[in-house]
Amino acid sequence: MMTELSLNVLDIVENSVSAKASFISISIEANTEADTILIEINDNGCGMASEQLKKVTDPFFTTRTTRNVGLGVPFFKQSAEMTGGSFSINSEVGKGTEIKAVYVLSSIDRFPLGNICLTIHQLILMHQECDFLYRYCYDDKEFTLDTREFRAILGGILFDTPDVSAYIKSYLADNTDEVNAGKPVI
Amino acid sequence: MKSLAELQAIREKMQGQIGIRREAQCSTRVVVAMGTCGIASGARAVLNALSEAVIEKKVAGVAVVQTGCIDLCQYEPVVEVFADGKEKVTYVNMTPEKANEVVEKHLIGGQVVTEYTLASAAK
Repeated sequence: MMTELSLNVLDIVENSVSAKASFISISIEANTEADTILIEINDNGCGMASEQLKKVTDPFFTTRTTRNVGLGVPFFKQSAEMTGGSFSINSEVGKGTEIKAVYVLSSIDRFPLGNICLTIHQLILMHQECDFLYRYCYDDKEFTLDTREFRAILGGILFDTPDVSAYIKSYLADNTDEVNAGKPVI
Repeated sequence: MKSLAELQAIREKMQGQIGIRREAQCSTRVVVAMGTCGIASGARAVLNALSEAVIEKKVAGVAVVQTGCIDLCQYEPVVEVFADGKEKVTYVNMTPEKANEVVEKHLIGGQVVTEYTLASAAK
């Protein structure tokens, strides 16, 4: 199992990148009143046929030929369901994949969200061929990061240019701190 | 909330510098395995440590990139170093601290950190 939900997010989004997605949206929504954390990941990658989709939560199924286990999606599903939450995955060939995991916020079996800023920063820098829309919401406060907006401002300057990388890192950290201000760590 | 004006200022400072994938100009590629096994074992922190150290120490000609599972799951986190004209070096059971040492000794100093290699671990 992953020890942080942000590691599950990283792992699942890597699948989206492998599926040749050019646009990936990641949404984290914590709601103390509903006692939930909702994580949604949508991509416009190659998608999966219904036969493949049925097997994707089976740890002994993978599309890779180098080994015969695929643990990313089963780990994500298990991490949500063990809290009393739920997991769903929908996919369509040529359109993309949508994954939704709901966690019971107060469950003792829920792993912490962990360093989601590092996950998002790494995804943006390592996959500059993709655009990301990241939304982080905690009760009544939220912020978004849209790499299409960043790209429009930067012109041809790359995200892994030291100054830009540092800006993205502090954009994520500062805005996350502001959204989290005065609330318990999730 | 952090504003986009700062990003605009970076753009203005760097005006005229067109983005060129530095990876193509690099003679050394440092590849971090980021499959499920790698991520579960700590590869995210290793990748971050390598990227930061290469920037901070201004190591020229080195690109830090990632790949998926390379079938060495029991040795994760795994880092491979490909340098032009040299044999591939595979570092295993990596940590951010070991990654910093590899940057210092191998990527800057040119000396392979033998004790962290697959060859040493497999003995």
